[in-house]
This record gives sequence, structure tokens and C-alpha cells, in this order.
Amino acid sequence: MRATDTSDPEYFHKVVDCQYACPAHTPVPAYIRLIAQERYTDAYLINWESNVFPGVLGRTCDRPCEPACRRGRVEEEPVAICRLKRVAADFKDDVAAMLPKAGKPNGKKIALIGAGPASLTVARDLAPLGYELHVYDEQPKGGGFMRSQIPSFRLPESVLDEEIGYILDMGVTTVFDTYVDSMAEMLTKGYDAIFVGSGAPRGRDLPKLPGRQEADANIHIGINWLSGVAFEHTKEIGKRVIVLGGGNTAMDCCRTSRRLGGEEVKVIVRSPFDDMKASPWEKEDAMHEGIPILDNHVPLEFVVEDGKLVGMKFDKVEAKYDADGRRQLISTGEAPEFVPCDDVIIAIGQENAFPWIEKETGIRFTSWGTPIINDDETFQSTRKEVFFGGDSAFGPSNIITAVAHGHKAAVSIDLYCQGKDLSKRPPPNVTLVGQKMGIHEWSYDSVPILDERKVVPLEDLTRSLADRMVEVELGFDAETAFIEAERCLNCDAQTVFTDANCIECDACTDICPTSCITFTENAEEPELRQKLMVPAENETQDLYVSGDLPTGRVMVKDEDVCLHCGLCAERCPTAAWDMQMFLYNMAKATPNLLEGAK
Amino acid sequence: MSYYKPKFRHPNLPKNDLGYTVADYDGSISTLCAGCGHDSISAAIRNACFLSSIPPHKIAKLSGIGCSSKMPTYFLGKSHGFNSVHGRMPSVATGASVANRDLIYLGVSGDGDTASIGMGQFVHLIRRNVNMTYIVANNGCYGLTKGQDSATADLGSVNKYGGTNPFDGIDLASLALLQGASFVARSFSGDKEQLEPLIRAAMAHRGFAFIDVVSPCVTFANHSGSTKSYAATREHLDAMPVDFVPMREEIRTSYREGSSQSVTLHDGSIIHLMKAREDYRADDRTEALMAVQSANASGDILTGLLYLDPNSQDLNQTINLATKPLNKLGKDELCPGSRVLNSINEGLR
Ligand SMILES: Cc1cc2nc3c(=O)[nH]c(=O)nc-3n(C[C@H](O)[C@H](O)[C@H](O)COP(=O)(O)OP(=O)(O)OC[C@H]3O[C@@H](n4cnc5c(N)ncnc54)[C@H](O)[C@@H]3O)c2cc1C
Ligand SMILES: Cc1ncc(C[n+]2csc(CCOP(=O)(O)OP(=O)(O)O)c2C)c(N)n1
Ligand code: SF4
Ligand code: SF4
Ligand code: SF4
Ligand SMILES: [Mg+2]
Repeated sequence: MRATDTSDPEYFHKVVDCQYACPAHTPVPAYIRLIAQERYTDAYLINWESNVFPGVLGRTCDRPCEPACRRGRVEEEPVAICRLKRVAADFKDDVAAMLPKAGKPNGKKIALIGAGPASLTVARDLAPLGYELHVYDEQPKGGGFMRSQIPSFRLPESVLDEEIGYILDMGVTTVFDTYVDSMAEMLTKGYDAIFVGSGAPRGRDLPKLPGRQEADANIHIGINWLSGVAFEHTKEIGKRVIVLGGGNTAMDCCRTSRRLGGEEVKVIVRSPFDDMKASPWEKEDAMHEGIPILDNHVPLEFVVEDGKLVGMKFDKVEAKYDADGRRQLISTGEAPEFVPCDDVIIAIGQENAFPWIEKETGIRFTSWGTPIINDDETFQSTRKEVFFGGDSAFGPSNIITAVAHGHKAAVSIDLYCQGKDLSKRPPPNVTLVGQKMGIHEWSYDSVPILDERKVVPLEDLTRSLADRMVEVELGFDAETAFIEAERCLNCDAQTVFTDANCIECDACTDICPTSCITFTENAEEPELRQKLMVPAENETQDLYVSGDLPTGRVMVKDEDVCLHCGLCAERCPTAAWDMQMFLYNMAKATPNLLEGAK
Repeated sequence: MSYYKPKFRHPNLPKNDLGYTVADYDGSISTLCAGCGHDSISAAIRNACFLSSIPPHKIAKLSGIGCSSKMPTYFLGKSHGFNSVHGRMPSVATGASVANRDLIYLGVSGDGDTASIGMGQFVHLIRRNVNMTYIVANNGCYGLTKGQDSATADLGSVNKYGGTNPFDGIDLASLALLQGASFVARSFSGDKEQLEPLIRAAMAHRGFAFIDVVSPCVTFANHSGSTKSYAATREHLDAMPVDFVPMREEIRTSYREGSSQSVTLHDGSIIHLMKAREDYRADDRTEALMAVQSANASGDILTGLLYLDPNSQDLNQTINLATKPLNKLGKDELCPGSRVLNSINEGLR
């Protein structure tokens, strides 16, 4: 194998598993250390710079970081990264004065269509540069789906208002209660660029299922129903409710139903339980609230008696997987099962819909109805001054993805408005700093603790079911947060190897608790992976390979289960190993957003 | 601060026949200098015991005084151990091996502990062929007392204080050969590929197995001018690779590619001398002595299995010791009573 080029920041970036998995590349271990030091405000600001909505995300994020967390490979459970983010938000001081202000007007005007996390991120990144920003939304308030879809018992309105406020307060002009019905017209309004962050707003229906028309009064489309609840147009539902679907919309619909009068609420889903789209914790939360999940049930018809919905019929199926893992749902042949109900909520997915973007604008779409986009860095559409991001770009995803798109689109819009080449992207902001304090001392807590993952306490069930505004999760207290924070392995404390210093004494190999380091003859990667002290079977994790050493061997480190304990560097007589703190911040339109503030 | 080794281990650590991982053979975290050759030897011993599937509680570690003699604390934390006075480990080992012949004895010593203060005791271990493995971590100096020249320091080597050694060093391997040791090897702490099989073979050997291991003192004897530094040792190393195949596996793999000579031990395990030195035969004491001497004369460090007599008679056999360990003999066996005494007396009449 070729010697690893650690001057490419992507190498060490990938070692920080959580940060690498985070679409917005939040420097996770850096903020977790600050939490352990009770520096909640600083922890919050690091988050805010990267993911814009720490309070929101600390409660609702899909947390792609957690399955990636190294701790999950070393012991059972990953660090509770998401809930630590909430700790930073809960315990911080007033940060308003520390945030950047609108910049001196630069004469450029940008329209943002939709006030969801994607548009708001673009606004946040561009406002300090002096752009005039106009945010349009058909809803009366900003936030997009964060406000209209995510129920208050998961995300209190006050948290949302605060974090949206930080952005809108940077001199952003809001054009709310306004549905944009013509892109052609928008293009005539003198905007230098337009960002489309309109989400994926059309909920799927089951239009052909027998009884659909007749029972219409008691059949609701999940996302429309949830926004009706959020904006208080809908205040109640029948006692017996069927929620169709297995994703997060279904989970929010069933739990909301329990709070609006639903007593017998069931989630009924076509797929097997394990294949459901909802995250495991969402399913647990629903079941904890007394909501059974019936899997392998394919809807057959809405049963209507005397013009009124009385229940639904389902075909029971079994999932069969072919050699490629493709799933087929095969009927068990049993008689259809009847489930009585008063209301049905259809929560089986959403789609993009752009009825307001005319053909003549030159904005072209794929056959799936998503816009054709230059690439997933620039987010530029086939009309050069129009950019897309968030769910509108590639279909329904999540908040943190919308934020990541927003950062990239903001960079593109800024380059575009300056007449620069969009493909010449600014590099990430990176630092790598030695951490040695003494022979056995590093500037971070290098010894991993053995504690298991802490569970977040919940509000009393009866109380939370009585009022949809009562938040279910209570968050960690400071002491629990400290222990949870200490579980973090500090994967950003990089093991940096200097070939020229190594005298091949083996001290590092001998001490390494998790057998990461091997000195051996070089070979091609597949062979090298097998030759290590413990074969490196996890191919998603890189090998760190040195240049040739004096004995003709190379040092090979399997990054997979390195504890970042620093023992290799402590036992190295020549400082060939050093622990260096790696900070990686993805490129943003405004570099050093918080520099002035800190 | 980390004077502590984290408890987490690689989730896929291989297990040996006993179901143990190599971590089950760990000791406390080392307090020796970072990069000390002795730590590498500790790791080689740990790995060897793991690979040979020796139950840790079947091993007794013995040592004298010195950095090297501190080593037993840093491996096999679940084995027996005795840290004796300076140079006196041989007498403790002799006594222990006679008292409980069921344990596997592993002596760890230094060049000072063995070749200076302990020399008198050391040669008697050889003479008596005590059933044990004796490893000298040889750095040519007294590491623990700040690097004074030891009796194995080479003529002309320069110590940390700038002084040049005016004496010829004692070559412990030659001495062991001369004195009649039944197993003599030399190795280098930085060559685990050779050291591990040698330790496994030594522990399988019945009788006194001696391994002289060049083990750089990274603090006091790793500078230019010191002849036992990492760089100097590597430069002069003439290594004869060995492979060790325990009896259980040998049934399956009787032929080893690249092997030039194989020696079968009393328990059926086999040591393969690999092809690097086709001419070398490990069963001829005189030739071994000559090979070591001529390597020494040309400034080379000849490592590998130098000599082995697989059928030697150890102390316990020589003195006709009971086959059961003494500490397992009951009152009736130790004091068989007047009937047996009478019959002995009768026989003498
Ligand atoms: C029920 C439900 C629960 C969810 N829960 C989570 C969760 O817990 N965690 C998570 O990360 N993600 C969750 N999501 C997904 C997440 O909400 C979205 O992925 C995210 O909000 C997308 O952001 P966006 O900026 O692309 O657009 P959106 O947030 O969808 O915002 C788009 C906005 O544009 C407005 N709009 C659309 N067209 C027009 C127009 N023509 N004129 C004016 N305004 C327009 C819409 O009214 C809307 O307010 C959930 C989604 C649903 C449906
Ligand atoms: C009876 C006695 N005399 C002297 C000493 C001082 N002393 C301690 S260690 C040592 C030499 C150890 O040298 P070596 O065996 O080579 O071990 P190293 O530290 O080099 O590994 C000496 C002389 C002592 N502890 N006890
Ligand atoms: S930091 Fe060094 S010693 Fe610790 S686990 Fe990683 S490679 Fe091993
Ligand atoms: S401890 Fe340092 S000098 Fe020794 S082998 Fe490891 S990197 Fe090389
Ligand atoms: S003084 Fe020398 S022998 Fe002793 S621990 Fe340090 S390096 Fe090893
Ligand atoms: Mg010594």
C-alpha cells in the first residue's frame, strides 16, 4: 500500500467517525469535551456554527452520527451524541450577543422560497456577508416542517422560536403567509439568485383503495393533518385510530392522535417490523405510549357502513427476500383481517411537487420529479441563478441534511454573485495541534471510562398524554451529561506517526490495548488487512500506513477500534507517535462565523 | 494521566485452545522507560504463553533485581511470582522446582543480575540442569542504577557518561554452552518473530533452557558508541529464523516448507530451523561454540537456537525425585510408618 497522505485533511476527518457521518460535519468530540468542562455556551456555539439548530437537533436529529460512533464498536452502545447536543442548548447562557450580525449591505438580493432548515441555513450563512435576504413561506411562521410536522411534545415551540429568531434577527425580510405560485414571476423580481427550499410537501395517498372516496371525511393525509394540528386547525380525532405507514410521519401521527383523544391507536404497516423506516427509538417511544404496531399487513379496503368509515381490511403477508436481498410481500392466504376504527391517517410518504415552476423557466426535472442539479456540491439547477437544497433537492430526508445542503448552496450563491467559478470550492477550515502536557499527561481525558450509555429520563406518561405541548423527554442533568460526555473516546485526538523518528522498538504495538498497530512487510491492501495482529475486517475503516522503515517493514495502524488513549505515544521513546487534536470545519460562505463573537 | 491501560480490547481478538485471549496473559502496565527492550521481551513472553495455551496459573515467574527483573510484573498477572534478591533467583528457582515439579518455571534476569552478582548461582543452575526457562534481558549495563557498564558490556563500547569499556565482555551464551546447558539460544528484543518461538520451545524443553536476549536500554545505552543499541544490534544481527510447532499441531503439519533441520522435543513438539543457515546444526555443542565464537570475533550477533539436547536429564530425574510434587504428598506418603521403616531396616541387616 502507498504511505498514507495525512496532509489531505479527509484522512483524519474520516477517523472522527461521528463528525464524518454528520452531513454538516459538526465537530462532535470537540463540543462533547466542552460539555464535560461545563462550558455549555462554547459547546453550543460550536454546534450552532455547524448545524445552525442545536436545540432543535438535540431533540429531533436523525443522528447518523450515533450508528457511526466508534464507542459502538468498542462496547455495546454509542455515545448519546444527540442528547448531549441538547445539554449544550439547555444549559447555555444567553448567546444572542455572541452571534454574528447582518453585514454591511453588499448590494445583492436573494430570494429564499420556503422557510425550512435549508433556506434558513442559507440565510444564516449569507446574512453576515451583507446579502439582502427575502424568505417566502406559505405558512404564518418560519421553520418549515420543523414547525408544521414535528410535534411539540418532541420539540417545544420555544426552542424553535429561539433558534429561528437568531437567524431572522440578522435583518432577514420575511414574506410569510405567501404561497409562491410562479417561478417565472419570481425571476422577474430582480433577485441576483433564488434558493428553492420548498421541501417535499405532497403527502402520498391511497386513491385507488376501495372506499377511499366514500370515507373521505375520516381519512387524513399525515403531513396535512400534522400541520393542521400544529397550527391549531385540528384539535381532535376519533377514539379508534389507524395510522398507515412505518416512517417517522406515522410515528408522529400516532403519538399526536393519543394526545387528541385517540384511545385505541394502532400503527399498521405493510413491511416487517424490522424493515420499518422509523428509527428504533421512535418505534420504542410509540409503543411506550400504548400504541401497538401491526406489521405485515397490506391494506385492502376502507370499510364504509351507512356512508361512514367503520374500519379497514388487511391482507396478512409474509416477507420473502431473494438472493439480492430484494423483498417481496407474499400473502399468507388467510382471510382478510378487519380492524375497526373511526379515523385513518395515511402516513406512507411524501413527494416533491413543483406545480409552480413553469417549463419556460428552463428549470428541468428528473423523471422522479426532483430538479436536475449540477452536482451535490454546488446545488445549482439547470437555470444558473436558481439553486435547490433540502428535501426539494433530492426528496425527503431530514433536518441535518437540509442544513448541510444549505451550507453548500450558500457557498455557491456567494461564488455565483461574485461571478466566480462554482467548482472552485473553498477548502475546509482545519487545524492539527499537539496535545502533550507531560510524560503521562495529555490535554484531554485520554483514559476511556467504562460506564454504559445513559438513558434519558421521560416525563410521566399520563401527564404527557394529557397535553400535546408537554415535552416527553426531560434531557440529561449536568451530572449524567458529564458521565455520558466522558464516554466519548476523543476520536479527534489523532495518532500522528512520523516515520523518520521510529526506531522500531515495538513499544507501541506491545502496549496498544486494542491491537491496532502492526509492523510488517508491506503488501496490497487486502493482503495487508489479513496480516495484522487482528485482521482488519471492517473495510469502512482505513489503514494508516507509514513509509518504509529501516528494517524494510512499514507501520500499519487499523483505525477501526483505536481508543485514542494515547498510550502508543506515551510509550514511544522518540515521539514518532504524537496525539494531535484535529479540528475540521466544513467550508461555509462566511468563514470564521463566530470569530468576532468569541 | 494514564498509568492505566484501558480495559477495552479488540472485539475480534483470537482465542487459544483454553479459550483465552492474549489479554488474559497481560500484567500491570509497565513502569520501565518508554521504548525499553525489556517491554518487548515481556510482550514476547506473553504472546508465547498465549500461543502455547499454557494456563497462567501453571507458571511461576522468578527474578532478581534490575529493570529486567521488574519485568515479571508486566506480564502474566495471573501467574505465581517471586522477586528475589539480587543475583539470587537461581537458588529460589532450584528450590521451587524441586518442591513443586508441576509448575513451569520462568526466570527473568539481567546481565548485571546474572553475569555480575549472580554469576556463582547461575552456573549451578546449568550444572544441575534445573527444569526452567532462564531469560537474560541483556543491555550491557546496569539500567536500574543509571547505566554503569555491566559484565557483558563489549570491549570498547562507550557508556552514557562517555567512558570506554576496557574489559572484554562475558558472553553468556558461550558460557552456557561450555558449562553444558541443554538448551542455548540467543535473540533480540526487536525480533519477536524469532523470540516468540524460541520462548515457546524453551518452555516446552525439559531441563535448563537459556535465552540471552539483546535488549537495548533506551535511556542509558542507545547512543552511538553503545554496542547494544537498537541501531547497532540491527546492523550486526545475523538471525537464524526458527519456527515452533507444538505437538498437537505437528500431527497435522509434519513438513514445514523452508525448514532445514527439525528437532523433536521430549513432549513431541518440533522446532524447525529455517533455511537461512543451511549449514547450521543445533545438535552439536562444539560446532555451536565455534559458530558463536567466530560470529563474536567478526562483530556479528548470531541469534537463533544455538544448541539443544532434547533428551537431557533434568535435576528432578537425576535426584530421583518423586513424580508427584512434594507439596501434594500426603502425611502417609511422606511418613509411611514403622512397617516401612522396619522393612528398610530388615533390608540393611
Ligand atoms: C412528520 C414528520 C416528522 C419529521 N421528523 C423529523 C425529525 O424528527 N428529525 C429530522 O431531522 N427530520 C424530520 N422530518 C424531516 C424534516 O422535517 C425535513 O427533512 C426538513 O424539514 C426539510 O427541510 P427543508 O428546508 O428542505 O424544507 P421544509 O422543512 O419541508 O420546509 C419547506 C417549507 O416551504 C414551504 N413551501 C413549499 N412550497 C412553497 C411555495 N411554493 N411557496 C411558499 N412556501 C412554500 C412549506 O410550507 C414549508 O414550510 C420529519 C418530517 C415529517 C413529515
Ligand atoms: C545486593 C545488591 N547489590 C547491588 C544492588 C544495586 N543494583 C540494583 S540493580 C543493579 C544492576 C542491575 O543490572 P541488570 O541486571 O543488568 O538489570 P537492568 O537494570 O540493566 O535491566 C544493581 C547493581 C542491589 N539492589 N542489591
Ligand atoms: S491511541 Fe494508540 S495505543 Fe491507544 S488505542 Fe489508539 S493506537 Fe492503540
Ligand atoms: S514506540 Fe515509537 S519508536 Fe517504538 S516502534 Fe512505536 S513508533 Fe516506533
Ligand atoms: S533504564 Fe534502561 S533498562 Fe531500565 S527501564 Fe529504562 S531503558 Fe529499560
Ligand atoms: Mg542490564
